[in-house]
Amino acid sequence: MRRRLAVWVCAALAASAPGAGAALAGAAVRQRTSLLAVERQVMCVTCKIPLQEAQSPQADLEREYIQGLVDKGESEAQIKRALVAQYGSTVLALPSAHGFDLTVYVVPVVVVLALVLTLMLLLPSWRRRARARERERAGSAGGESARLSAADAARLESDLARFD
Amino acid sequence: MPILVTLAAAGVVALLIYGVSAQSPNRTLDELVRRGEDPPAPQATRLLPVLGAHGERSLASLRGKVVVLNFWASWCEPCALEAPLLESAQRSLERHDATVLGVTYLDASPDSEGFVRRYHLTYPVLRDTTGDFAHSYGTDQLPESFVIDRQGRIVAISRGELERSFVRRAVELAERS
Repeated sequence: MRRRLAVWVCAALAASAPGAGAALAGAAVRQRTSLLAVERQVMCVTCKIPLQEAQSPQADLEREYIQGLVDKGESEAQIKRALVAQYGSTVLALPSAHGFDLTVYVVPVVVVLALVLTLMLLLPSWRRRARARERERAGSAGGESARLSAADAARLESDLARFD
Repeated sequence: MPILVTLAAAGVVALLIYGVSAQSPNRTLDELVRRGEDPPAPQATRLLPVLGAHGERSLASLRGKVVVLNFWASWCEPCALEAPLLESAQRSLERHDATVLGVTYLDASPDSEGFVRRYHLTYPVLRDTTGDFAHSYGTDQLPESFVIDRQGRIVAISRGELERSFVRRAVELAERS
């Protein structure tokens, strides 16, 4: 009963204050953009290392620029777009999807596809070969018994009869 | 199977070779200038944003003038050292229908504008926001400068901090052509 009452109270509060909910959600979105979050995704353009690790005057200038945009309340995507407009696409830690940089995305896919294709081609033949080997082994076992001499066969029969 | 492995290995090696050659700076222009072939300035019609103003401009818009094309950035110390030299050259060049054209590269516009104010630069400055324009000149270090004649051909290249003789040569070219 008490639990049901609590649920009703929560529902009533949520229904009566949608504006407050939206404000809270907005604050959460705003909080998500931080210098640290952007730093992880961009490079120091002169030192060619992630900005997060860079210690140079240029890195500090980039941080200042990002912090300015963060203070203006811009989102991560907006900040990254602004950085690309200032420094070019080399500022992004992830390579661009054109030119030679495209290989970063294409090569892994091609390698996986090539491996799958190779396995598709090789697996049936491996399986066929394994089956043939099994058959051969079974055949050779049968062949050996067939190759027993008449004397050996007679002795085997008598030995087996002794166990009956 | 061995054929597949060989093909894959060859592919990886080809990719590596292409990657290394694509990343290394192009020195074709330097070779041509050294041989006296005066190559046309690359991407002359490419429009670049004007620093500190609205609109775009291309190198081709200066056709008919002698141009000292100078790539720089506010964080580059040699660029700061040569800035007064370029500004004094600009005053001489202007008198002979010639100009310095600055192009910033890997630099945020507020920083570039601060640099222009600090060194009282009066010549036009464009922004190479993608780096493609600079790369077409084989630019991989700053500063780098190119003297372009009135026909739009590169006649001299300086990679690194400018020397007075290089600037003097540009002024002389403007005076006699």
